[in-house]
Amino acid sequence: MATVTVPTSRTRTAPRLLKNRAAGKLLLLGLVTAVLLPLLHGGPWPDDLTVSLDKPLATASDWVIDNRDSHPVFLYFLGHVSNAVIWAVRAVYLALLTAGWAGVTVLGALTAWRFGGARLAAGTAAAFLACGALGMWVPTMQTLALMVVAVLASVAVGALLGLGAGLSDRLDRALRPVLDTMQVLPAFAYLLPVVLVFGIGVPAAVLATVVYAAPPMARLTALGLRGADPEVLEAVESLGATRRQRLLTARIPLARKELLLGLNQTIMMALSMAVIAAVIGAGGLGDRVYQALASVDVGAALAAGIPIVLLAVVLDRVTAAAGDGTTRPRTIGWPYAVAVTVAVALAARLLGALDWPAGWTLGIAEPVNRAVDWMTAHLYSGVPVIGGTADWAGHFTTWILDPVRDGLLWLPWWSVLLLVAALAWLIGTWRTALTAVLAMAAIGVLGVWEPSLDTLSQVLAAVAVTLVLGFATGVAAARSDRVDRALRPVLDVFQTMPQFVYLIPVVALFGVGRAPAVAAAVVYALPAVVRITAQGLRQVDQAALESARSLGATGRQQLWQVQLPLARRALLLAVNQGVVLVLAVVIIGGLVGGGALGYDVAFGLAQGDLATGLVAGAAIVCLGLMLDRVTQPTDRRPRKGA
Amino acid sequence: MRRTTITAAVAVLTLATGCGSADMTKQASPFANARGSKTVTLSVQSWVGAQSNVAVAQYILEHKLGYRVDTVQVDEVPAWDALSQGRVDALLEDWGHPDQEKRYVTEKKTITRGGDLGVTGHIGWFVPTYLAKQHPDITDWRNLDKYTSLFRTPESGGKGQLMDGSPSYVTNDKALVKNLKLDYQVVFAGSEAAQITQIKQFAKEKKPFLTYWYSPQWLFEKVPMTEVKLPPYKEGCDADPAKVACSYPHTPLQKYLNADFARSGGEAAAFLKKFRWTTEDQNEVSLMIAEQKLDPQEAAKKWVDSHPDVWKKWLP
Repeated sequence: MATVTVPTSRTRTAPRLLKNRAAGKLLLLGLVTAVLLPLLHGGPWPDDLTVSLDKPLATASDWVIDNRDSHPVFLYFLGHVSNAVIWAVRAVYLALLTAGWAGVTVLGALTAWRFGGARLAAGTAAAFLACGALGMWVPTMQTLALMVVAVLASVAVGALLGLGAGLSDRLDRALRPVLDTMQVLPAFAYLLPVVLVFGIGVPAAVLATVVYAAPPMARLTALGLRGADPEVLEAVESLGATRRQRLLTARIPLARKELLLGLNQTIMMALSMAVIAAVIGAGGLGDRVYQALASVDVGAALAAGIPIVLLAVVLDRVTAAAGDGTTRPRTIGWPYAVAVTVAVALAARLLGALDWPAGWTLGIAEPVNRAVDWMTAHLYSGVPVIGGTADWAGHFTTWILDPVRDGLLWLPWWSVLLLVAALAWLIGTWRTALTAVLAMAAIGVLGVWEPSLDTLSQVLAAVAVTLVLGFATGVAAARSDRVDRALRPVLDVFQTMPQFVYLIPVVALFGVGRAPAVAAAVVYALPAVVRITAQGLRQVDQAALESARSLGATGRQQLWQVQLPLARRALLLAVNQGVVLVLAVVIIGGLVGGGALGYDVAFGLAQGDLATGLVAGAAIVCLGLMLDRVTQPTDRRPRKGA
Repeated sequence: MRRTTITAAVAVLTLATGCGSADMTKQASPFANARGSKTVTLSVQSWVGAQSNVAVAQYILEHKLGYRVDTVQVDEVPAWDALSQGRVDALLEDWGHPDQEKRYVTEKKTITRGGDLGVTGHIGWFVPTYLAKQHPDITDWRNLDKYTSLFRTPESGGKGQLMDGSPSYVTNDKALVKNLKLDYQVVFAGSEAAQITQIKQFAKEKKPFLTYWYSPQWLFEKVPMTEVKLPPYKEGCDADPAKVACSYPHTPLQKYLNADFARSGGEAAAFLKKFRWTTEDQNEVSLMIAEQKLDPQEAAKKWVDSHPDVWKKWLP
């Protein structure tokens, strides 16, 4: 995925100035509270400040179901959208099936060869064959078909928006906060509104995916267009090119790198979402994982999870290679690639081997389940001295999660708001603080204060663990090239895996409950935190380090007194990323017993009770906004899309 | 240039908004009927009994009738919606959803009844039999409050824990606890799998527990459980979900088919209408899937091979 750029830290006078301003801010907040305090009472959010949306939402949902086959909005607009999606997915799916497994594999390999050379091609072919060997060929093709349509739509929408924002300042100002916000929202929050309108099924899944995956394309397109070298543009202008010629011949080609990075991010996010959308009937690989998770069949979940990971890695590498832009040795032209594919597909058809041969599948579910059973029997509980994984999960729940949750719920509601305000204001501006407080207050008004704080407690616990592990690993990677080299491929793979996949192993290890949700979140967020930390530490001004060294500072002193303070902004960014990524997975944790908001969304989807689900979804949005603003350093930087 | 833009915009608008109406409630899954093969899409619910129905139906449809079967994991209520829109063709085990039935079967006529599954379902509150032997009076709801302390857990907050399973199941438990004024807290395990894991762990250590459970269910063979008597069920006593204060009914489980599929689904529709087996048959397959961890298709094959007299009658 995208690498995150970390600017080196500012001058050293900043901290003191900040400290004074910080004291002033805190004083002001304290004053406001002191004035308001007599009016407030403690405990959780008061009932008279809540607005129940259950009735109107239930009515809306009933109205949609009753009018879906008669109202003109559905007949003449949404129906066509839905039809177009189904038609497109079906067309791609049929094309993939017609090409057969051999055709698809060859086409994939040739495309990879064209962009990235022979090694990538071999890897791609192996990945496709592995999908077939796991008995997942048809689900893989279903997911791929859905992905192709969703990615094309996302790219079209994203590029259009990005073009607008790149050319018009006003549009840019209007779009940027929206896109920024959309990128921090957990995927789960996008599902319910589309289900309300389109019902369970592929159209809803594709549209949710598009909404989720289009923002990075828009952002990066705008960024690329705006970042074009002004001298080049001037030169083109002086040659008398019209606006349109300038756009087509200079600005867009110059933004090629950003455009392809945008494509890469869009693909990765679309894959992640296409898998999660199984919850709303997307079918394909995600559905297999979902089915397997429902019966805690880890082996079957893994058999469907591996193709997802392979697909993710292949798509990421191929698009990254395409965006690399380095000159490649001539490999193969498109006409030849297509011709070879058609030939292979025809050959397979004549041989009657379009479907993946039944005898060639490898049943990994059974051995994996046996291994898991062994693990649960031996590691799960009662291991001498260190205890079993279930014991850890139990202790983590009773010693950390419960106290944090109870503590948060014990806090008077206004003090939670105050804490949010103080944190956000200290790190950001009054504007971010205001957004954060309003978002938190909205949660209270929606009447989901308690489940939201439950989710928040899980997020806090997971973030704490992530930061401890992430900073430690990041420091190690920054200080030793060997560690860095060893970590890089691991981080690469982990960063490309869709969120859903992380749920499988944690269920096997930690059973069901809040602890596995937290564990999955930690594993998911860790790579980004490690990466940003290491990068930030490495970019610390060498001169500062050198002078510290010449003053006789030991390695530890250098780290604590020079590198870490100077990399403060990178560390803050790591915290921000960690929080956003953790939230996304903690929410999905509702599927493995995480409870709270994630469970409410799952419940809303399962019972068709959209009122519960939508309110929980809105609370997730608010929580995401709040957490992002509270940890957001003053200015924004590109982030890992998740 | 401008003219091209306008033409393009008009073309897009026409394409998008309408050369006629499009009824999105009549759209099949894009993955159905690929390459001319006849496809049936079956909805699977998360409990093993439903998996068994689907596994056997799928096996016979694929191997005896030459269909291709897609299965989609959908919970019951969304399955009704998907069924009405034709995104799935059949729902093989429904535990009673009067609201949905009224809306889709009676009013919209997009779903038709597919007949009895042959299995009678019953939901209730259960305690393990070893506990019922120790405290014989625990099986009456009036005495439950005496034993609250037995059922206390970290998640139940000082009250007794009544364990519920998946969010998707038919349940009145929250209302029941409230209306019967019991000192209990309903704790959702999150999924049936989680609930079963938990029950097995309790049973291994012979600990007391009170759980929402239902029959037919294969787990009874592994962990014998005794039902707690709730106030008896009378017709209509569960009409208002907030005021329920009676036990759950005995429900003959029903099959439902998409109306179009039922009319024009050929042999597959005829077969699914005739599909009818017993609790014992279902449990046999369920045990193979859940306890022996057989792949559902292998379990179905074993059952089909050994019970030709049963399924031969289903063939059209």
